[in-house]
Amino acid sequence: MGGPSVSEVQGFVTESLGLRGRAPEHLLQHLIAVQQRFGWVPPAAVEALSAALDVTRTQVRAAIAFYAFLHDRPRGDFDILFSDNITDRMLGNQRLLGLLAEQLGMGTDATRADGRVTLGLTSCTGMCDQGPALLVNGRAVTALTPQRIDRIADLVGQGVPLERWPGEYFRVEDNLRRRGLLLSNPVTDGAGLRKLVDLGVEPALADLERSGLRGRGGAGFTTALKWKFCREAPDGDRYVVCNADEGEPGTFKDRVLLTGYADLVIEGMTICAAVVGARRGFIYLRGEYAYLLPHLESVLARRRAEGLLGESILGKIGFDFEIAVHLGAGAYICGEETALIESLEGRRGVTRKRAPYPVIAGYKDRPTVVNNVETFLAAARVVQWGGYWFRGEGTDQSAGSKILSVSGDCARPGIYEYPFGTPVHRVLTDCGAERTQALQISGASGTTLTPADFDRIIAFEDLSTAGSFMIFDHSRDMFDMVQNFAAFFAHESCGFCTPCRVGGSLLHNLVEKVAAGQASEHDLGELRQIGGVMRLASYCGLGNTAPNHILNTLDKFPDIYQRRLRSAEYTPSFDLDGALAEARALAGRDDAAAHIADLSPEDQSETEEAAV
Amino acid sequence: MSHSFTLDGQETAFVPGQTIMEAAQAAGVYIPHLCHNPDYAPHGSCRVCLVGVGRRQVSACTTRVMEGMEVDNASESVQANRRAVLQMLFAEGNHICPACERSGNCQLQAVAYYTGMLAPHYPPFFPRRPVDASHPDFIIDFGRCILCELCVRASRDHDGKRVFAISGRGLASHLVIDSPSGLLGDSCFAAADRAAHVCPTGAILPKHKGFERPIGERLYDREPISKVGDLRAHEDEVD
Repeated sequence: MGGPSVSEVQGFVTESLGLRGRAPEHLLQHLIAVQQRFGWVPPAAVEALSAALDVTRTQVRAAIAFYAFLHDRPRGDFDILFSDNITDRMLGNQRLLGLLAEQLGMGTDATRADGRVTLGLTSCTGMCDQGPALLVNGRAVTALTPQRIDRIADLVGQGVPLERWPGEYFRVEDNLRRRGLLLSNPVTDGAGLRKLVDLGVEPALADLERSGLRGRGGAGFTTALKWKFCREAPDGDRYVVCNADEGEPGTFKDRVLLTGYADLVIEGMTICAAVVGARRGFIYLRGEYAYLLPHLESVLARRRAEGLLGESILGKIGFDFEIAVHLGAGAYICGEETALIESLEGRRGVTRKRAPYPVIAGYKDRPTVVNNVETFLAAARVVQWGGYWFRGEGTDQSAGSKILSVSGDCARPGIYEYPFGTPVHRVLTDCGAERTQALQISGASGTTLTPADFDRIIAFEDLSTAGSFMIFDHSRDMFDMVQNFAAFFAHESCGFCTPCRVGGSLLHNLVEKVAAGQASEHDLGELRQIGGVMRLASYCGLGNTAPNHILNTLDKFPDIYQRRLRSAEYTPSFDLDGALAEARALAGRDDAAAHIADLSPEDQSETEEAAV
Repeated sequence: MSHSFTLDGQETAFVPGQTIMEAAQAAGVYIPHLCHNPDYAPHGSCRVCLVGVGRRQVSACTTRVMEGMEVDNASESVQANRRAVLQMLFAEGNHICPACERSGNCQLQAVAYYTGMLAPHYPPFFPRRPVDASHPDFIIDFGRCILCELCVRASRDHDGKRVFAISGRGLASHLVIDSPSGLLGDSCFAAADRAAHVCPTGAILPKHKGFERPIGERLYDREPISKVGDLRAHEDEVD
């Protein structure tokens, strides 16, 4: 299987350098382009990029090793990754992956010997309302069924290129189920922007203050304040960044917003640019949504043509603002704003020290506003329709509405917009959830709720959420969720700080020990202790919240742990018999006497008595 | 006008802009740490310098002192979290003190003793990381690397070389060397580099000498690290 020739790779890199730029911060975008073109990043590309961008070859390799969608060795011609969120599992993704592997005559996490196809799993791809889903060469395929898997096996077997696969496989539905304040009207003709240009920046900022708008990414920082801090920062370049790295398992609202409401999101960014005095902005789009890139580029192009973006926006001299779309490459941590900025600058997405916060020192250490997709959308409407319009909905501390991504056990999964202050049971009723056992709100890092909590309200002062809303009915074993999330956080830790890097893997191993029926009461204590250390001692929000699901379920669903325990107070973490495997292999033995019997506690006490 | 904050109940002076670590050091109070070295910008990754501020615990090396701040550097809850972080580092790598040339001159070991860590506690991961002995003067045992990035920072910010970097992510994060083969002997690393002398563990060691001073008589065998401070102040004795 001959790979691409060195000159072919060099030619492509040269072309990419001309297209995307020669600064170190362009590294990641070049790597993604190379990956898409060749299915991996060949050594010749590493050398060429290292030479052209003034980064060491080690830094290039380190970036490849960090991002899940970049590879330093060839993948199959068809690189197929099944989305592995708990909601995909509930819809049977594991069985479908097994089915496909069987039909293709290969393992579930492998590249076939002929190099035709690679199979594997990936973190939530944001298709939870239409799963199970997979990515093939980065393109999302939704609503998988055994029939669809059969057909995909045929297409792969015959080597049919993706362009000739049935178009409906790649169809992504919006599933907009409930439109409220923001979603009821997708139309914009640049009215907010016009108002801003006519009246000036001060009234816009005043409306934003009046509106009480707070960040929709989960943390809830007051938007007007963030923009003001950036505006008041010392002179020089500023940047506006739209965080579209929607990686929280169970969240997919930004995908829908960028599909049907991109104009409003971009308008919000443009208004922000006018307020803070930025001339450049970025949309950081998660790699899983790469299929949205042409759509976003076309909206940007149209807005440029309409005078709503680019130089002298709406004819106002000096109002210049340009937006570039940057792709992520499979890293949950990049949803954290400082990691996102590192990634924008082309490096591994490792969180930065805060303070200084990005509004003071963000992209290229310059003042930078980073806001969620939904926040920019809301800001555009606030400036257009006024702060009071927005303030009219919601609660005292949580103005306006919240857009939820509803998935799991319900009749109508999809996007729901509610005024803040809406109780959880209302959402469950509307989406057709029955016999609900638990609700995971705000994603894997969020909170596990039981029916006793369903009167609580969605608001910053009660249940603060970035919008993920995963429902589990009584047929589910909540331990499946714990296992899924524990693996997720171990995989997604950036590795910078000790508690998250090591603690996350310790938790994962302990959860697997429970799953294997090998754990004792002592191990449950360890889960709590390690979770407590991660919560307090981790460097960023990822590590602080990664143990939530374990700590929550230990309290609310103790039975899912208890029924899996061995009765002993303590069971060793090492497998005595397994430790002898090498010795057995060397001695060429595998008879009963070469094994240490797996003793249950009762057997053990009998043996001890016998010994006495 | 003088500024003050409270450190373990003691009124302590500070200069605005100082971190908790800097102010404590200036006042002669030891806060355990590994990735911190005053020659380089604060990093905050090892989490050993946790101190209590209100209901939170923050890293002393990256947090600025504020007027009237109450900092807890001694309570059992703070010490217990530091100990847990150290036990995680010991579980992550291959830290076999009795077989290590750096034993007694090792900050990792000395800080572990300081926090009261007497046993490894967590199940070890036993990573398989080959030793790099390709360089004529220095050897790297990656199994002892705690990812503090001091060599990365020293090489980049002081030596102007960028010999080291961190690659991978999560538990697979690891130190890598910038050379065509990935080996130290193939890189521009030199014994005179600062990067050769900042490792707080036994990951980067000089060749051609060993056990010149017997274990039991070394720096931290004689006095605790809280009294004699980092290796930085004792390079003559250690190198």
